[in-house]
Amino acid sequence: MFLSKRKKERTLFKDKEKRKKRRAVNNDYNVKDIELENHIFRQRTYICIGVMIVMFAILFSNLYFLQIVSFDDYQTRSNENRIRVLPVVPQRGIIYDRNRIALADNFPVYHLVIYPNKNIDTRQSIISLNKLLNLDLTDKEIETLVRSSRTRKRFSGIEISDVLTDNQIALFATHRYRFPNVQLSASLKRYYPFSDITTHAIGYVSRINQKDVENLTLAKKIENYEGSTEIGKLGIERYYEDLLHGQTGSKEVEVNSHGQIIRTLKNNPPTPGNDLTLTLDIRLQYYAQELLGNMKGAIVALEPSSGEILAFYSNPSYDPNLFVRGIRSNEYKALLDNEDRPLINRVTQGGYSPASTIKPLLAIMGLNENLVTPTSSYFGAPAFMLPGSTHKFRDWRAWGHGWLDLYRAIEVSADTYFYDLAHRAGIDTIHKYLDIFGFGRETGIDIKEESLGVNPSKEWKLRRFKQKWHVGDTIPIGIGQGYWTTTLLQLAKAHATLANYGKVVTPHLLKSITNSQGQTNQYQDQEQGRVIELKDKSYWEAARAGMYLVVNGPEGTGKRAFFGAKYKAAGKSGTAQIVSIKQGEKYNAKNLKAEHRDNALFVAFAPYYKPRILCAVILENEGGGSAKGAPIIRKLMDKYLLELYPNGYMGEAVGKSIKFGMGGTVEVK
Amino acid sequence: MSNENYRSSYETTMFQNKNSILSRWHIDLPLMLGFIMTLALSLFVLYSASGQHPDMLVRQIIRTLLAFLVMILVAQIPPKYFAKFSIYAYIFGLILLVLVEVVGDISKGAQRWLNIGFMRIQPSEIFKVVMPLTIAAFLSKQRLPPRTHHVLFAFVILAVPVAFILIQPDLGTSVLVAVSGLIAIFLAGMSYYWIIGGAAIAGAALPIMWNYVMHDYQKMRVMMLINPELDPLGAGYHIIQSKIAIGSGGLFGKGWLQGSQSQLDFLPEPHTDFIFAVLSEETGLMGFLVLSLIYAYILSRCVYISLCAKNSFERILVATFTYTFMFYIFVNIGMVSGILPVVGVPLPMISYGGTAMITLSVSFGIIMSIHTHKRTLTFK
Repeated sequence: MFLSKRKKERTLFKDKEKRKKRRAVNNDYNVKDIELENHIFRQRTYICIGVMIVMFAILFSNLYFLQIVSFDDYQTRSNENRIRVLPVVPQRGIIYDRNRIALADNFPVYHLVIYPNKNIDTRQSIISLNKLLNLDLTDKEIETLVRSSRTRKRFSGIEISDVLTDNQIALFATHRYRFPNVQLSASLKRYYPFSDITTHAIGYVSRINQKDVENLTLAKKIENYEGSTEIGKLGIERYYEDLLHGQTGSKEVEVNSHGQIIRTLKNNPPTPGNDLTLTLDIRLQYYAQELLGNMKGAIVALEPSSGEILAFYSNPSYDPNLFVRGIRSNEYKALLDNEDRPLINRVTQGGYSPASTIKPLLAIMGLNENLVTPTSSYFGAPAFMLPGSTHKFRDWRAWGHGWLDLYRAIEVSADTYFYDLAHRAGIDTIHKYLDIFGFGRETGIDIKEESLGVNPSKEWKLRRFKQKWHVGDTIPIGIGQGYWTTTLLQLAKAHATLANYGKVVTPHLLKSITNSQGQTNQYQDQEQGRVIELKDKSYWEAARAGMYLVVNGPEGTGKRAFFGAKYKAAGKSGTAQIVSIKQGEKYNAKNLKAEHRDNALFVAFAPYYKPRILCAVILENEGGGSAKGAPIIRKLMDKYLLELYPNGYMGEAVGKSIKFGMGGTVEVK
Repeated sequence: MSNENYRSSYETTMFQNKNSILSRWHIDLPLMLGFIMTLALSLFVLYSASGQHPDMLVRQIIRTLLAFLVMILVAQIPPKYFAKFSIYAYIFGLILLVLVEVVGDISKGAQRWLNIGFMRIQPSEIFKVVMPLTIAAFLSKQRLPPRTHHVLFAFVILAVPVAFILIQPDLGTSVLVAVSGLIAIFLAGMSYYWIIGGAAIAGAALPIMWNYVMHDYQKMRVMMLINPELDPLGAGYHIIQSKIAIGSGGLFGKGWLQGSQSQLDFLPEPHTDFIFAVLSEETGLMGFLVLSLIYAYILSRCVYISLCAKNSFERILVATFTYTFMFYIFVNIGMVSGILPVVGVPLPMISYGGTAMITLSVSFGIIMSIHTHKRTLTFK
């Protein structure tokens, strides 16, 4: 190539003459050298053809590298692009009452989901949808939606509206062509048809929050919640979350670059959650609400032989569906600020003084510790005084009760008898027996909202108040006052033990679990029929007899309420003071503020020998247990025994008369 | 007359007849066949790339027919007029380039379009034809190989419009125009010393270009080329998606209309600049080989025509168009498959789009004109 001009000439033009001629011409720059031009052009053409071949070779080898050598890698990446594995949320188990009436169900709801698309103005779409469907979105909410559509995870839509009415669905359907990137998507939402009647027992589900995510991650369950939006937050929904939720399935879908699903490739269906049948009877539950009316308080009814809870109602209550929808801050604030505190579960969370309702249980203690016998007599003065003290522990009846034995002491609810008993037993013994009956412990109920109450002891007082236990502290414990607080459910459980002659049952809401294959498992009681052993079995009978007299005896505090009952019940009233009454002063409800008035309590079971139902009621600031509580229990028992299940056991067919010490002679059925 | 004789004479007449119509209209049959093959391939890929959009096919067919019409019309002009009018076309083009700077439409951050009422034109596109034409006309007037001052003047002719296109800014087109001019100068016989020297200077100028001349988006494109994974959802997205489409095609491809990358909108501009990715995804390496064969056929025919041309102007012009055509192919496939920066060059004759096709048809019209006019002259 790089030859000198002469050499080039020589190679091109062999003929000497021709060279000479060319040289002559070459000196004239206006004359073209056609042959040289041809030669150069041909040479350069060869170079260009060579370059073209090299170009094709480069392209080919690069494509060979991409399509043959790296084929597997790129095929994987192509599939990663187009294939999404989407979680398929399982259907949550349905919650039924004992008669298979749904208490928590799933209903389809429709919501609007917008898939951001670079060709469509997201803000404009949202604004026109808002106008068209009256979604009531504020400018601020629209702004938030637009912002989240920009920062969204790729391939995910933004939910514009969660619950649409039928009208809105129809309206959207007719205008759907205007919103190509908006889809109507259906999902199942939890619904509680009985609204506030079941709230405190069943609880509710609500949106999964950051804390739930942390807990699920810790429990290594987070994968199963892929795609789930709701989780049980309270009551049964929370306690049996794992059973109700089910196993999340998955779906392999093909998506385009905007995240729209083109078709389903593979389907791995989810396992639906287990259906739960509860022990509740919604009719009794409803009646409990009706009975409580405007009163603050709670009712629990259970089957003493099994621990199955028949009614579980705390008043006032609230609508759980608000939490499913997503409670607005003003609604939640109203619930929090409500002075009647509807959010508190008064069955398991309210700590109350049990008052006289626990006298039969303390009687058991007295009998078993040989402090009293059923017939040992005691003179019930107007007040009890500790030796060497002038402080008067007054009886509820200003003039006292006169001579008492155990039966009559329970029947008339004599305070002095039990002051004396408590004094003689001492706090350590009382603490031990209360512990045996389950006070200050979890009842084992299958909801997590439970407080333990206080089963007072010397250690407890030292720990709590940094003070020593005084002898005077023991005396009010004898009538269920003082430091002792208990939940209504603990009280019911302890009385169930008494009603069962010592057999302990766990109060529970779950009756059976039905899985998606239709197999049913019954609730298993952890107590497994544990029985509290006393020195003499007849002690149970003595305490029960005292309760029988309360309802049936000539002086019984619950006599009026149970007058004419077609079954024989046994019960105990309780009236708990909220504020202490000064020495020498009289309790007068009218002089006290509403929130300082007495709490009314009543616990009863029926029929007497083999009780089918045990009820406990607490009414806050309503006054006397026998006047206010007992009539409610009577009505509830009538409802259950006579109206709802009239064919069950109603007591022995042949009546007999029994003399209960000083308590009097009573017909026992 | 025997039956056999009759048939042979009939065939001869037919062939002659056909030949005569084609030669009367100055159409080169082998080239025309090549274009029809590319059109068929284009429609085949385009149907898939457009998301099975028949409208787009119809428009592409109309455009191609229009392009063929332009090609045939240009082919009617005797070659000597191209040389004569090249200087006027060059000056006209320059005026348009200045106008576009003053009143041009801005699209994607660059002034490239001139709105003249009924249509929008891209003056820089004109130079894809005018540049080889002017340089070939200028240099072929001189004695070849060109002397130094002629080469320098040719570079001036080259540099002025390229500079205007560069400040629009349109790096892609300016490179294509510059390359077409350089090919013309090279073919005219520019000394190898100059070529090596120029390459050395260009090599030295690269860092200066990078630091002072190139825009950020252009630098970004080059950076993305070196490592597209730097910004997989931003600037690197196009290259990555395109490479995934090509790579996942394998040897035989996923099948027509079955390319997930193209059918599910993962590919950017699948029917224009990135149409090769669609072809590769759906037909694999085999598709590239078929496309290469068709291109090689057209190119070899053009090389043959350039070698047959009767004077320097004609052969430099034909060869320049030919090698520029090859350069387009190389740049497009190179950028789509990730070895060259994304500069916005369509795949010639295959991509959807009017302007580039018209420009190409003008150059091929000139090639046909040169070939067919020479032949008629020889026969007479």
